[in-house]
Amino acid sequence: MKKLSVKTVVAIGIGAALFFVLGKISIPTPVPNTYVSLQYAIQAVFATLFGPIAGLLIGFIGHTLIDATSYGPWWSWIIASAFAGLVIGLVTLKLDINEGLDSRKTVQFNVAQIIAHLLSWGLVAPCLDILIYSEPIEKLFVQGLVAGIANMITTGVVGSLLLVAYAKTVVKKGSLNKEN
Amino acid sequence: MARAAILSYIKRNSLVHELTGTTKLIFFLAWSVASMITYDTRVLSGMLLISIVVFKVSKIRIRDISIVLGLAAVFLLMNNLFVYLFSPEYGVELYESRTVLLTIAGPYTITLQQLFYHLNMTMKVICVVPVALLFIACTDPSEFAASLAGIGISYRIGYSVSLALRYIPDVQREYHNISQAQQARGIDLSGKDKLFTRMKNSVAILLPLVLSSLNRIETVSNAMELRGFGRNKKRTWYVRRKMQRNDWLTIAFVLTVLIVDLVVTFWDGNRFYNPFV
Repeated sequence: MKKLSVKTVVAIGIGAALFFVLGKISIPTPVPNTYVSLQYAIQAVFATLFGPIAGLLIGFIGHTLIDATSYGPWWSWIIASAFAGLVIGLVTLKLDINEGLDSRKTVQFNVAQIIAHLLSWGLVAPCLDILIYSEPIEKLFVQGLVAGIANMITTGVVGSLLLVAYAKTVVKKGSLNKEN
Repeated sequence: MARAAILSYIKRNSLVHELTGTTKLIFFLAWSVASMITYDTRVLSGMLLISIVVFKVSKIRIRDISIVLGLAAVFLLMNNLFVYLFSPEYGVELYESRTVLLTIAGPYTITLQQLFYHLNMTMKVICVVPVALLFIACTDPSEFAASLAGIGISYRIGYSVSLALRYIPDVQREYHNISQAQQARGIDLSGKDKLFTRMKNSVAILLPLVLSSLNRIETVSNAMELRGFGRNKKRTWYVRRKMQRNDWLTIAFVLTVLIVDLVVTFWDGNRFYNPFV
């Protein structure tokens, strides 16, 4: 494995802390017992800024900490969270936000997160659940689909807004003009 | 805003606390793997019994972790309910026999097999809960990175984990401050607003949080770089302790449990213990 840079190491640490804190904060939705998971928006933004390994480890460490401090780890979903970060990081690898953000890049970010959440909650999580916990298939796919769609919407709305706002704060190359 | 119920390190003098972090990490991981693999009632009851004994030894009181246990109970209840609602005949399929105890309505009957399946499923989760809670409650967070390095994980990742643990309280405080400041300006996240408005409002809190976190990343990584972090292949840890006799005994014990688990579970070529046929 390529050595992680110091900045990535720190980004993973603080990203995982953010993931944890936001995972513990619940914003209610009209559906009972379902909450908006803001942590996935943060994970997507960090995966875009710091790469796939950061996305993977933020999901893994953050989700493990959330689970371990509440009811014992549910490994299949932890792995799915990590996988989502990895996929978003991989698809957005060429996306340089520091060069500014246009609508093409925003679309690419959203395509990345939709693919990632579809694979994670539609495929990885239910399959691992069948393998590990042998639960009925119908229940797992319905559960995965609901979680996946909720995460997609959250990441799509909140993540995109965050990314746009962040890009505005970055000073672009060549933004200084010579005065005549 | 009420403080979220978060489990943290509880300092006590006990055999479990004396073990090194590495031992506890190995125990926790092996225990999770063992419980994930098996669906055998005999193995699960054995594991449940051991985990309760370990819990007693640790001197952590039920009172210390009652909130967390409550959460676990709710989680389990919901899960059982969903499984039953979706496939009330799943146990019948698994155990290939059917003993009806009670008919509720339509396809919803209560069969002995379904109940047995729910029992197993619940035990599978419950036998990990005490071990997971103990791992968090009995391991000094500063020893955590050292124990990850102890099982051969790159120290960079270990450092990420300890940075996460170190900055959770800071991030929490910052979130709290920002959210109160925004609430004073009329931005609300509770159920009183529409869902989409709530999501948009959350950006008003998250953006300052993300920006200040990015600044923090900059500062911390500069400081670490200045001190030469990542220069060498290995590093030593101040909090790392030598493995004692008890550590080796614990590791040997948990590996034995894992092997017994595998042998008993797969002896008859099936993950499930079936008392019905």
